Amino acid sequence: MTSVSIALVYPDLLGTYGDGGNATVLAQRLRWRGHDCEVASFGAGDAVPSSCDLYVVGGGEDLPQSLAARKLAESRALHRAVDNGAVVLAICAGLQVLGESFVGPDGRTSEGLGLLGCTTDRGPGPRAVGETVVEPGPVWAALGLQTCTGFENHGGVTRLSEGTVPVGRVSAGVGNLDGTLEGAVRGRVWGTYLHGPVLARNPTLADLLLTWVVGELAPLDDSRPEALHRERLRNGPSERATGVAQVQRAVRVAGATLERLARAGAARCRPEAP
Amino acid sequence: MAVAAGNALSRASRAAGLGSGSVVGGHAVLAVDPRALAHLALGRQVMLVSGTNGKTTTTKLLARAATAATGTEVVTNLQGANLTTGLAAALASGPLGAPAVLEVDEAWLGHVLPELRPAVLVLLNLSRDQLDRNNEVRHVAQRWRDACQRLEAGAVVVANADDPLVAWAALAAPSVVWVGAGLGWKNDATGCPACAGPVSFGDGGDWKCDGCSLARPGLDMWLEGEGREACAVAGDRLGGPARYTLGLALPGRCNEANAATVLAAVLASGWAGGPAVVAMRQVDEVAGRYARAEHAGTRARLLLAKNPAGWAEVFDMVGASGGPVVVAINARTADGHDPSWLWDVPFERLAGRRVVATGERCLDLSVRLHYAGVEHAVERGLLAALAVAGPGDADVVANYTALHQLLAVLPARGQGTRGRGRGTRGAR
Repeated sequence: MTSVSIALVYPDLLGTYGDGGNATVLAQRLRWRGHDCEVASFGAGDAVPSSCDLYVVGGGEDLPQSLAARKLAESRALHRAVDNGAVVLAICAGLQVLGESFVGPDGRTSEGLGLLGCTTDRGPGPRAVGETVVEPGPVWAALGLQTCTGFENHGGVTRLSEGTVPVGRVSAGVGNLDGTLEGAVRGRVWGTYLHGPVLARNPTLADLLLTWVVGELAPLDDSRPEALHRERLRNGPSERATGVAQVQRAVRVAGATLERLARAGAARCRPEAP
Repeated sequence: MAVAAGNALSRASRAAGLGSGSVVGGHAVLAVDPRALAHLALGRQVMLVSGTNGKTTTTKLLARAATAATGTEVVTNLQGANLTTGLAAALASGPLGAPAVLEVDEAWLGHVLPELRPAVLVLLNLSRDQLDRNNEVRHVAQRWRDACQRLEAGAVVVANADDPLVAWAALAAPSVVWVGAGLGWKNDATGCPACAGPVSFGDGGDWKCDGCSLARPGLDMWLEGEGREACAVAGDRLGGPARYTLGLALPGRCNEANAATVLAAVLASGWAGGPAVVAMRQVDEVAGRYARAEHAGTRARLLLAKNPAGWAEVFDMVGASGGPVVVAINARTADGHDPSWLWDVPFERLAGRRVVATGERCLDLSVRLHYAGVEHAVERGLLAALAVAGPGDADVVANYTALHQLLAVLPARGQGTRGRGRGTRGAR
């Protein structure tokens, strides 16, 4: 039996979309297996400790997101925790904050924590909003992660850099950028755009993160979460495939393609040195 | 002409069983005259009510109170239709010149304000709701602030001083009456809307920002006492000090706060408070909410809760009984397509009760209850869920479209076993 400490980071700043529920799910799945578990919330006025085993960072609005990024950059608590081997789950704005940079509410680029190799810009089109399905990459599938479902709701677009891998490929929805990749993972830092909360929707993801903390896990009666998982896999994609969502996706894909072409063009047209 | 066309279409829509007809009628009015809102509002006293929660109830209380205070009929929304079309239909439905008491969707307030030119604007509260549409609560607060800034000099804003987002928006208005209407759910107000600094909350609704000068304004109206003793107290700017015993038929502290807010609007309009309070006591049902309906031996009291703040109020109502609770959750457009907000509701408080999860998203709710340690039954069908909960009294807490589906299939109170709306369309 292990004693596990879970930190909910700035739920007052990054708690808009129910993502604090991820901490509840993690704690219950540990307790039901006989582990001791303590969940502590650290608000904007508190010092975030670097000694916890698991950190949950949620999604939030623009202004509080910048504030959270500034505070975490100053204290470096998450940096030290990650160096100590802590597991971090970062959702949406949380993912953006943990990346190398993101565009703040004033339109200027803010520095992120650099714990994930990714950069986030303002998207070219409307916000990506709706049910999302992600087929996990082979590494994660081999570790037991099943197809993920969730609800994305973001205006930013995220590009991964070397050393950071996606959670998987999007089969319904937009994901990081253009309907291809979703999420960002480096070491034990797991970033995703999926709300739901994501661990309530995907018990195999919860257990994947927990194995990183306590090792092998005893099975649980997951009939309730599995019933939801099946129902969302069945109905989520058709709910997403409304006219508006299709237009959203088309605009994003077109925007990203144009940008790629423009970059390629710019590279080709660079004048030769005299 | 526009009004005649709209009213004719409304009647046709009602006759065809398509609904109350207010929206289609409003479309017709606006199609014939795009400036219809301004034209229909001209020459009448307009009172508007907006906020995330309590709009429909407060509007009904204010309409009754205004009727009692002025002795004239007022025009008001039909079935809570609170977008431009619903407002046009409501204004077109009554005599020209009659006072109007209208609820307005919080995201639309800024659009309709210049046309409706209200004498009184009631701002109740702001919190997360339908996040897939109104992406950020703060953006709504900013739009309210812009709208308050553009109000005409004579207009009075009646605002909830206990809600930092509302107070910040209302402070931009030329004249504000402040009500201590409470704030059960604080999680959307912990960051200052002015400077993003931390807001600290003290006892009795007091709050202040630690980063700037924003703080709770001094109150002109507040609540004292509980239950039968509950009073609304008016300060000197509202002709006080004066105490008004509320004695409402509607349950819950939130409705006492709604009534105090209405009373502040009445007094700020220069009307007598006494008749307004008597009129508010007569309200025991609001668009089917708070009413009891019977099915399969279960006597269901219907309550609406569509977001965490609404649930904070509902726990106050269902807490005492200890009886079964049926929770009905949908995630249609009017509910918001993302039911993640269920995880912001402390459902742990239902542990030990008989709980039934129902509605189109009953499985999302079931997982939430599972992790909250609340044993429960899952029954997707609404009527079947009522049967599972019974027999006897039960509280049914539904979000927006789930409540409407329930009202459509349940026999309405006082109407025997005859169904309403969709449930009887085929029989008509």
